[in-house]
Amino acid sequence: MSELTELTIAEARDLMAKGETSAKELTEAHVAAVEASRSLNAFIAETADQAMDMAARSDDRRAAGEAGVMEGIPIAMKDLFCTFGVHSQAASHILDGFKPPYESTVSANLWNEGAVMLGKTNMDEFAMGSSNETSYYGPVENPWRRAGDNQSIVPGGSSGGSASAVGARIAMAATGTDTGGSIRQPAAFTGTVGMKPTYGRCSRWGIVAFASSLDQAGPMTRSVRDAAIMLRAMAGFDPKDSTSVDTPVPNYEDGLTDGVKGMKIGVPKEYVVDNMPAEIEALWQQGIDWLRDAGAEIVDVSLPHTKYALPAYYIVAPAECSSNLARYDGVRYGLRVPGDDLTSQYENTRAEGFGAEVKRRILIGTYVLSAGYYDAYYLKAQRIRTLIANDFKTVFDDVDAILTPTAPSAAFALGEKSDDPIAMYLNDVFTVPASLAGLPGISVPAGLANDGLPLGLQVIGHAFEEAKVLRVGQALEDAAGFSAKPENWWRA
Amino acid sequence: MSLDKATVAHVAKLARIRVEESDLEPMAAELNNIMTWIEQLNEVDTDGVQPMTSVVESVLRQRSDDITDGGYADKVTQNAPASEASYFVVPKVVE
Repeated sequence: MSELTELTIAEARDLMAKGETSAKELTEAHVAAVEASRSLNAFIAETADQAMDMAARSDDRRAAGEAGVMEGIPIAMKDLFCTFGVHSQAASHILDGFKPPYESTVSANLWNEGAVMLGKTNMDEFAMGSSNETSYYGPVENPWRRAGDNQSIVPGGSSGGSASAVGARIAMAATGTDTGGSIRQPAAFTGTVGMKPTYGRCSRWGIVAFASSLDQAGPMTRSVRDAAIMLRAMAGFDPKDSTSVDTPVPNYEDGLTDGVKGMKIGVPKEYVVDNMPAEIEALWQQGIDWLRDAGAEIVDVSLPHTKYALPAYYIVAPAECSSNLARYDGVRYGLRVPGDDLTSQYENTRAEGFGAEVKRRILIGTYVLSAGYYDAYYLKAQRIRTLIANDFKTVFDDVDAILTPTAPSAAFALGEKSDDPIAMYLNDVFTVPASLAGLPGISVPAGLANDGLPLGLQVIGHAFEEAKVLRVGQALEDAAGFSAKPENWWRA
Repeated sequence: MSLDKATVAHVAKLARIRVEESDLEPMAAELNNIMTWIEQLNEVDTDGVQPMTSVVESVLRQRSDDITDGGYADKVTQNAPASEASYFVVPKVVE
């Protein structure tokens, strides 16, 4: 296929500005890549005609001197975002046939800045999962495979389709959403860059809700600079989201390459976990060395409540999920399975419409919120959340950013962990703490595991200091020089 | 703490999810595993700690109570499995 699919957003932007390619050319190449890559199951709705139409209008805008920051860039949209008249089902059976008569704020922001939609990407059902195996539309394959092995590898989750599409050069970038790690972990698993901004930075309006106090949208790209470009287009105050924060969105490319000289980078000792592979520790040490060599001061820090983040998350997130998902009742949209009366219609619809993991979380959430248990579970978890946020506050009095591995292992094989919920949950052990504290985090590809799969490093920053997080991410990217690509086995 | 079969049936009823009788036992075992793992939170002394209500320190914005949207019942009902004259249709509830 054409080299146009190898371009980063920044490269494509420059070529279009010089008139050496067009939105139409770029979109044609990516539409062809989408069609040739169906074996990955990364897309659950393709919008080729709409993409070509958007590309034509994009070229017209550029000709008229009205190019936006994402002008002509073909991207994939996670199925969690409501897109006008287009499949928006959170990869669930229960939203069968749902076509929103409105557009999410984040997707609207991207279209306003000129982006072109290739289609909707597969994901874990309602963003609940860490391997993309809970989708009603079947699992997504990671374009990466272990060296000398044909076994299917998961792309991570929940933004697995977006990660796979970007890693496989099918989309130039994609949107993701991150509740406990759903952007950063799949980015690490697919050798891509994924950023979760500060809670409140991107509007949640029009994004199918999972856990409202945690959900955040963010960019998934192939370079840190691309994440900076795309985040700028996605972010911004939205009066329609009561938790959207009214603070200016900077141009995140400004100062991106200023380096980390003089910065203090914290390394939290609690992020060494049991059974962590030696190669993850080695990569982390490598990242520490890179930043030190680039002029940063490395500081050992302590986040004492880290080990309680994951179990606290598995109270808070299911509790909010059980509340948010109460709306799927077979009355106003999606699937309806008839019953003898209204109650049995609700029960039948929800039994058939939700998958096993979603039901598990609704039941846990309903249980921890039920009479007599609220204080013992939900309030307890929210108190621990305060302690976790305070841990970060204390550390951030002294450091500019924190460096950790993104995930405790490389990607695993399809089916390897799907029978053990807790083993699956442990994938998010390094990403959940920042989520609970609402802090921005980025995963940057930093190396390969012994088996040839990509590994990522995570940078966590102060609230609303995405620019600094991106700057540290850029320093890691520069030092790592990650240029490995998956072998192209999936193209038809 | 232990989630038995009856508790799962009760919670499923609260959540309006039909669970087959034969699935209650395995589901109870599975949920118990998860809840037991969560129990480690009890090791943490949270006396005097305020529960988090918002990750970003902010005061909820207020707005004037005006109608700024609406007037398109057809759009609201267009995705409904059953609707009639701008109403959602459900099985008979009141005899």
